[in-house]
Amino acid sequence: MTATIQSPRSGKPSSGKPSSGKIQPKYRRTGGSKGNFEMLAWLFMRLSGVVLVVLIFGHLTVNLLVGEGIHAIDFGFVAGKWADPFWQFWDLAMLWLAMLHGTNGVRTIINDYAEKDATRLWLKIVLYAATTVIIILGTLVIFTFNPCPVANGVQLPGGFCPAP
Amino acid sequence: MSAELAEPASKIELPAGVGGGGEIPSFDVTLRVRRYNPEVSEDATWDDFKVTMYGTDRVLDALHKIKWEMDGSVSFRRSCAHGVCGSDAMRINGRNRLACKTLLKDLDTSKPITVEPIKGLPVEKDLIVDMEPFFQSFREVMPFLINRGHEPTKERLQSAEDRERFDDTTKCILCAACTSSCPVFWTDGQYFGPAAIVNAHRFIFDSRDDAGDMRLEILNDKEGVWRCRTTFNCTEACPRGIQVTQAIAEVKQAILSRKV
Repeated sequence: MTATIQSPRSGKPSSGKPSSGKIQPKYRRTGGSKGNFEMLAWLFMRLSGVVLVVLIFGHLTVNLLVGEGIHAIDFGFVAGKWADPFWQFWDLAMLWLAMLHGTNGVRTIINDYAEKDATRLWLKIVLYAATTVIIILGTLVIFTFNPCPVANGVQLPGGFCPAP
Repeated sequence: MSAELAEPASKIELPAGVGGGGEIPSFDVTLRVRRYNPEVSEDATWDDFKVTMYGTDRVLDALHKIKWEMDGSVSFRRSCAHGVCGSDAMRINGRNRLACKTLLKDLDTSKPITVEPIKGLPVEKDLIVDMEPFFQSFREVMPFLINRGHEPTKERLQSAEDRERFDDTTKCILCAACTSSCPVFWTDGQYFGPAAIVNAHRFIFDSRDDAGDMRLEILNDKEGVWRCRTTFNCTEACPRGIQVTQAIAEVKQAILSRKV
């Protein structure tokens, strides 16, 4: 009775192990990315983060601490703020930066944690769809905000309407 | 000639009960070794080995004792056994270390000491992993001197300050403790990994080298330095004490200052 001894690292298929010098497909880097997208994304995270600290703490201070603080917040307070282009711009910048900063953060988390390409693709589609909807909706609200809401020809209570 | 040189005083404090010169306290310790043999089973298991070891012994000595006296089939890599060759990086009690630099007495010997292969690379047998993906990334950053000038007749001189610039990253022994401690590398194995970046850093910041731009371009890849999440696992794992995360940050800065 003779037994054949497999030479080491001969890449016997049943063992499923790689033979020396070959790299398992999982580790092979395919299609190196040309361009600087990842670098710009990294840079954007740092810069937007710094700007957001100013914007968000400014926002919180003005809304919650100054004057009557939190008790002053109502429809009129928001209407008053958005009557001023300065606060329109402030809130717009906060919306865009926060959304893009958060989206990029979640994008990297998906890249790091999704194990299958299909999962990764679908999570990103959901993420980008949500981001697009929220950014467009938020931008519309800031620019088309109407301090005098009217429904069925009747002014809603709490609105700020010009004297007739 | 009989120069009378006094022995330097021992810095090791021995308990009073220990008699005689040089007697070292011994203790029993259990090693829980991750076993995997694809020719027998696709599943990895834990094997416990109880060994009597001494205060001067390292984890590697315990592994030797197991392999030489208890179970010859236990497989692991080691070459120099003195922390220079970088062959015996393994996950000891959940942390990447060199078995030849980890003293048993520094670990909690009241519990079994777990010994596993380093994570993120394909295990071939027991504690042996396939290092090929690791070395492929290392090769891709061109870890050799590239100089476009005339070949000097003597050695290439460099000031002490220029040498100091990349001194830290010359210490790498390619043990893969850093790369296999990186959670980003664990995910999909696509990331270049800290070790490749450290070895690129060693040449990028070398005043004698002319290919820094090429290396920076390679590491500007989507699997390059930008995947680093600065979790500092690599810095903690490095048995040579290289400030790995800092080296990666310096490469990021170099790419940025070149591009922006």
